[in-house]
Parts: sequence; C-alpha cells; structure tokens
Amino acid sequence: MQHNPAVEYDYTVAKWFSYLTILFGILGMGVGVLIAFQLAFPELNYIFGEYSLFSRLRPIHTNVVAYGFTVSGIFATWYYVGQRVLKVSMAESKFLMTIGKVHFWIYFITALLAVVSLLFRVTTSKEYAQFEWPLDILVVVLWVLWGVSIFGLIGIRREKTLYISLWYYIAAFLAVAMLYLFNNMEVPTRLVTGYGSWLHSVSWYAGTNDAMVQWWFGHNAVAFVFTTPIIAMIYYFLPKESGQPVYSYKLSLLSFWGLMFVYLWAGGHHLIYSTVPDWMQTMGSIFSVVLILPSWGSALNMLLTMKGEWNQLKENPLIKFMVLASTFYMLSTLEGPIQSIKSVNALAHFTDWIPGHVHDGTLGWVGFMIIAALMHMAPRFYKREIYSKKLLEMQFWLQTTGIVLYFSSMWIAGITQGMMWRAVDQYGNLAYSFIDTVTVLHPYYTLRAIGGLMYFIGLFMWAYNFYKTMTASKAIEKEPQFASPMAA
Amino acid sequence: MFGWLERNPFFFAVGVFVVIAFAGLIEILPDFAQQSRPLVGTKPYTVLELAGRQVYIKDSCNACHSQLIRPFKSETDRYGMYSLSGEYAYDRPFLWGSKRTGPDLHRVGNYRTTDWHENHMWDPTSVVPGSIMPAYKHMFKNDTDIETAYAEALTVKKVFNVPYDTDIDGDGKIDVPLGSYEEAVENAKKQAAEIVAQMKNQDVKDAFKNGQIKEIVALIAYLNRLK
Repeated sequence: MQHNPAVEYDYTVAKWFSYLTILFGILGMGVGVLIAFQLAFPELNYIFGEYSLFSRLRPIHTNVVAYGFTVSGIFATWYYVGQRVLKVSMAESKFLMTIGKVHFWIYFITALLAVVSLLFRVTTSKEYAQFEWPLDILVVVLWVLWGVSIFGLIGIRREKTLYISLWYYIAAFLAVAMLYLFNNMEVPTRLVTGYGSWLHSVSWYAGTNDAMVQWWFGHNAVAFVFTTPIIAMIYYFLPKESGQPVYSYKLSLLSFWGLMFVYLWAGGHHLIYSTVPDWMQTMGSIFSVVLILPSWGSALNMLLTMKGEWNQLKENPLIKFMVLASTFYMLSTLEGPIQSIKSVNALAHFTDWIPGHVHDGTLGWVGFMIIAALMHMAPRFYKREIYSKKLLEMQFWLQTTGIVLYFSSMWIAGITQGMMWRAVDQYGNLAYSFIDTVTVLHPYYTLRAIGGLMYFIGLFMWAYNFYKTMTASKAIEKEPQFASPMAA
Repeated sequence: MFGWLERNPFFFAVGVFVVIAFAGLIEILPDFAQQSRPLVGTKPYTVLELAGRQVYIKDSCNACHSQLIRPFKSETDRYGMYSLSGEYAYDRPFLWGSKRTGPDLHRVGNYRTTDWHENHMWDPTSVVPGSIMPAYKHMFKNDTDIETAYAEALTVKKVFNVPYDTDIDGDGKIDVPLGSYEEAVENAKKQAAEIVAQMKNQDVKDAFKNGQIKEIVALIAYLNRLK
C-alpha cells in the first residue's frame, strides 16, 4: 500500500453541502419551533393564513429536517470523509467532480420543489415519504448520482481497505435505495386514465399491506438516514478530533453486521395492536430489544475510544458534542426497545412520548454529530481556526438544556395522555373525554416549545461561528492533525 | 472473511444488501395476498368520498388523527368496534396515522353528523371547547377536484380490479357505480346534494346551485362514510 502525503483534497462539493446543511437546519427546525408553539397556542396557526396550519407545516418540518438538514449533512461529510479515507482527491477525476456537482444541484432543486409542493398540498400522506411521483423520480436520480460518487471514488482509491465509515455510507446508500423504491411504488392516475391532475398518484399497496411497507420503510429510514450515516461520521470524526484510535475493531465489526441484520426486522413495532398479523408484531417487538446490542456496541466503541483521554472532554467542545451524541444515541436506542414492548406500547403508541423519543435521538444524536462534523471540517476547508470556542461552549450548553426540556416534557406528556385515555371510574366507565387529555398537556407543550427554541437559537450560534470561521478567523499555516484549533 | 470483504467493495456491497434485504423478504412478502382481502360488506369509495379522502390527505389530517382502533376496552368504549384488516382493503394509501393529537376517526361516521363536521371545520372550539385544532375555512372556498378523484377510482378499477360497476353482495344491483366521467360527476352531485341540504353555510349552498362542489362537502361525505 502506497501512501501519498501530497494528495490535495478538493472540498468544493463538501462545502456546498455544508452550507445547505446549515440553511435547511435553520429552516426545518424553525418550522419545528413554530409548530411546537402552535400546539400550545393555537392562534399561531393563522400567521400565514392557510399555509401555516399545523397539519400543513408538520410534514414540511419532518421532511426538511430529515432530507434537508440530515441528508445534506451526510453528503457534506461523505464528500469530505470519502476522499480522506480512500486517499484520493476528487480533483483527480473530472468525471467524479462533475458527478458531485450535478448531484448537488439536482439535490438542491429537488429539495426546493419538495418544500413548495408540500406547502401547496401536493402529498401522498405517507410519513417521511410524502413526495408525489415526479419528485420521487428526482430523488432516485440524485440517489443514483450519490452511488456513482461513492463507488466511483472507491474505484480509484489508493487505500486498499475500506475504513469503517465507508461501510456505513455504503449501507446507507443501498438500504435507502431499496426502501425508498419499494415504499414509493405508485401509479400516476393521469397516465392511466387521462383525467385529473398530473401530480396525483395512487399507492401500489392497499390498507394493511400499505401500512406494512410504510413502516418497514419508515422505521428503517431512521436506521439508514438517522443512524447508519451518523455512525459513519462519528467513526471518522471522533478518532480524528481526539487523536485516539478506535477502541475495538472486533466490536465495530460485530455492531456493523449486527445492525445490518437486525434493524430491518424492527419496523413491525410501529404496528403493534394494529391489524397486521400477530407474529409480525411480535417479531418487531423482539428484534427491537435485540437491537440494543449492535446499537450500544457502536456507542460504547466510541465512548471507549476516549479511554484515558477524558480530560479532552473538558478542553474541547467538539469532543463534548460527540460524546454527548453517543450518549443520546444510547438513551434513544434503549428507549425505543422499551416502547416496543407490547404492554408499554399499548400505553405509549399515539402519544407524545413518541415525538419525545424521536427528538432525543434526532436533536441529541443526529443534530449534535452533524454540528460537530461541520465544525471539525471548517478549519480544514478554510485553513482557519474555529472562530470562537466560547460561543461553541455556550451553544453546547444551551442546546443540551433544550433537548432535556424537550424530552422530559414529552415523556410526562405522553405518559399522562396514555394513562388518561385508559383511566376508568369505579363503575368501569371512561374517566375522561378526549378533550380533557388535550387541555391537560398545555404546560408540557409550552415547555417543549421553549426547549426547541433553545436548540434553535443554538443553530444560529453555530451558523455564525461557521461563517466567521470561513471569513474572519485567524489563518493557520498547515492542516491540523487532530484537535481543531480554535480561538478563545 | 471480513478482512477480505473490506478489500473487495463489490462483494462487500452485495453482502450488506443480502443481509439487509433478508428481513423484508421474510416479514413482508408472505402476507401480501391475505391481508388485502376485503371484509364482507366493505365497498369501494364513491367518487365524492374519494375526493373527500384526497382533501383529508392534502391537508394532512392524518398528522393528528388516527384511523385505527386498537383492541382495548378503553378504545372500543370511546370509538367503537376495533379495526379489522379487511376494512382497509380499498384504502390506498392507508391512513392509520401515528399520533393522536386529536381523537381516532375510524368510525366517526357513527357518532358525528354533517352539521357537526361543518361547525368543527369552520371553528373547532364551537363544538369542542378547548380544542387546539385550527379552523379549515379554506375548505369552504376551494372547489373539489372531482376529476382527479374520478381518475383515481378508474385507475384502481383498471389496475387493481377494485370492484366498481359490480354487484359485490349478489343482490342483483350494482353497488358502487363509476361509469363514464360524466356519469361520475352526476353521481357525485347527487350524493353532494344530500350533504349540502343538511349544511348551513350559505356560500356553499349557493356555489352548489351553480354547479360547484366545495371541498368541505366532499370531506364530509368521506367522514360520514367512516363507520
């Protein structure tokens, strides 16, 4: 194996995707904060007329955060990490460079069209798969382009062995391709009949089958958008930033293949006590619990990477972000299996505990990891120090407090809701009408919105810090080996 | 073996794909034929109901309301008989929802009336004090897209053999007629007339006299159908 220290990596596409990550982060979470406040203060539904109704904005929030913020973050880090662990620069291949740029622009156009179409009520209503068929086709195109980029770069690599992060990027690419294709099988009605809207389609599957495919997709979109690529990031950025080798190669093998095998089974836990066959619900439940093993395997592997170096946690805010991300990943992957146990699910399903669970994962794990990744890349992008360590510290504490407020209020809200739905009086009659279970949640909805707002403010601090790093920070002469240099 | 895989990206990718795809094959495929069988008595949606269903989808009502009653006493007491798979045979897409910010609607047609829905969509707190649901007044202004609903019905009839223009229950009569586009519009108007007659909103009534069916009418047709 030949090592070429003179490789000049080309970060053009990585930078573009980084800007989009920040932009969509602010947009998606801004909408999130608004809809959180709407649940506490319904008058806020009307601030932009019918375009700001909760039900219309909620899919925009989920889609912009999942496919705008997170997927941009994934692409941004891919175009950075990919080159570095394969020891090959995109500048060496005109073809791959072009693919990267086309990938970016098609992605950007698709994202804009997606937001506009959802705003104007063009939706298939399947959660996290709301796009109508023309947009689905665009998504497939941009995904294929990403695949070309991955395997193209691998094809011209100098480093023979694929680093762990690459395993996860490859898995994310393959799994999302399969899931997205199958779940979005739909028949455009205009093409079949010649009547009606061009944009309308009807699902290939009906009723219970549709639900099975949807949650097989929905759950595993979490696996392969919110988990797998983020693990790819932490496996690269934490060892790099801390200067520590990955704790255990065997553990990373075990948790990778374990995760690949187990995750797909767990989708059934969204359908417990529904009309899907009982054996499927049970499988979903059991495999969700088994899933703790590979999930905690990766998280522990990362935490143990810090062994003997815990002092860095005090000194380096980026390490703080990443270590807490791992911790939130562990929390979230323990909470999910608990919610998948049938008796707990009977209480938790349909309540606010579920968005609570989603958000300790997404805000704590996904959000923190992407924030840290971009801040690690920034000094390498621009050959400048991170503008302000103090600001980064403040952001960390503000956002952490925000997350804690978010999930704790939603735990209480969800369990309250679930208990009230099933409460009966001494004669066995239902003790509460539905609206009682809504009005009682007002204080928790308010707290949640405040938590979300704190996280959202943190995003602006992040954006400002990134922008200042890009434009006004002190130049560094050579690329930092490990810990990112930062000004006080 | 793993070391070898990590140096051979093609086989690595194939390996990953096989391991990922395994669960889907085992869990999802076997039940496809069985689960799509309609329950006896379940009929396809009329064009007006389908149009209403499209309105329900367009405004993402399923973001807050479920359509899945679980087999618990607390739910059957509150909403009615628990849901059965065969009832959803004509639901494309399914609308079970994942969160109940508002109550379940799977059997809302049993206990709410046209009148109630009209008030609820115009001003939710007028019928449910304390409700945090926003008003959906634009549904009283927008015209229903009957043509797209017809296209959907015709598509599922052609592609998935949904029994329109068929005698489903064997009583010698066609249960849900579809026919040509013109016939479908006529039928939709006939069904709409009954709903409009029970409504109070003068604008909706006037529009109907001029041949327009507002979205609220279609939505109520759909909600009344949920039983």
